[in-house]
Amino acid sequence: MIRLLFTIIAGVLLGGIVHLVSVLALPRIATQDAYSRLTPMTKLNAVTPLPLADPNNAPMPFMDPAFAIAICRYDLSGGSIKLTVPVSQAYTSVSFYTRNEVAYYAINDRSAGRKVIELDLMTEAQHSELPEDEDVTAADRLIIDSPSSTGLIVLKALAPEPGLMPQAQASLAASSCKLQTEAPAKQAEAPRGKR
Amino acid sequence: MRLIFITLLALIIATAVGLGATWMTATRGTDLGTLTIGAWTARPKTGTADVDPYSRASIARSGELPVGTGDGIAFSATKDDHNRPLDGRCDVVVSGVTPAARFWTLTLYDQKGHLVANSLQRYGFTSQEIIRGADGAFEIRVASRSRAGNWLPTGGIERYALMLRLYDTPVGVATRTQRDAPMPSITTVGCP
Repeated sequence: MIRLLFTIIAGVLLGGIVHLVSVLALPRIATQDAYSRLTPMTKLNAVTPLPLADPNNAPMPFMDPAFAIAICRYDLSGGSIKLTVPVSQAYTSVSFYTRNEVAYYAINDRSAGRKVIELDLMTEAQHSELPEDEDVTAADRLIIDSPSSTGLIVLKALAPEPGLMPQAQASLAASSCKLQTEAPAKQAEAPRGKR
Repeated sequence: MRLIFITLLALIIATAVGLGATWMTATRGTDLGTLTIGAWTARPKTGTADVDPYSRASIARSGELPVGTGDGIAFSATKDDHNRPLDGRCDVVVSGVTPAARFWTLTLYDQKGHLVANSLQRYGFTSQEIIRGADGAFEIRVASRSRAGNWLPTGGIERYALMLRLYDTPVGVATRTQRDAPMPSITTVGCP
């Protein structure tokens, strides 16, 4: 009897370890996470507009139907990424996610403070390799450090009324997400936005 | 023989307890780092780099992308102010004011996060298209049949979730109470 009780206690304790390990491992082993869902329908290092969310077919759950959404799936192993997003009439935002959907950075049109959101995305290693002797031009361009070499950039433009959706989509269609092959020149680290 | 049996039993219990607890926390979520105001809950930290492991697991499982903190915050509600589950066959009124934000959207989802089909193709409201009273307050009627004013169709599904997303807002990790973020009330007014 004592032995059975001991077995159950040992099982529960071991179960706690199994629980912790599986919670930590779940983001890595999940096959239906957002990145895996978006991989077949998006191009690498280019902007792909997502179809509008509708009841029968949505790329991801809990998408906001009031937004036009475009995805840039990136891989920084070949160099840094230059992202330009023209600001739409109502509200535009750019969010960055790692391969495992950690939202490490997001910025909206107001905190970017100009008509076009311009960003350079690179790994920390690429950032530290940037030449430091370049003359520091004030807050000209933002440099974002990606914690992982692959991930997602989500571009969103709000259509405050359903009739404004084509305009929101058009403003996203004018955005670009390109691999920079040569070292970017004349850059300065701008003040970071909200994290 | 006895030793093998006991070891096996311990391992079976460990697997059941461990994976069961993981499944529970990944589907239902935990109270870690939640901000609850009235019937609404948000997890401000899911939009930052220091998201907790439980939220990461549930995000990976559901396949959604959380709203980044520099973008906004998402509040969800599955029950009304009296803790009654939201029922698509009943009339539910969402009324009041929202916290300061440049824009907000209110969207209705089924329990899996899909939009609910309806003939109007209306899945939610934005702050700009809503009809307000003279004092700036609004009233949205969530019901299966057509209603006057701001009608949000439920399609008659049994259980649904409402999500209020605030964009470009000071509400976030530092928000604690109703005073910082006055959320609209959710009341079930009648069931057929």
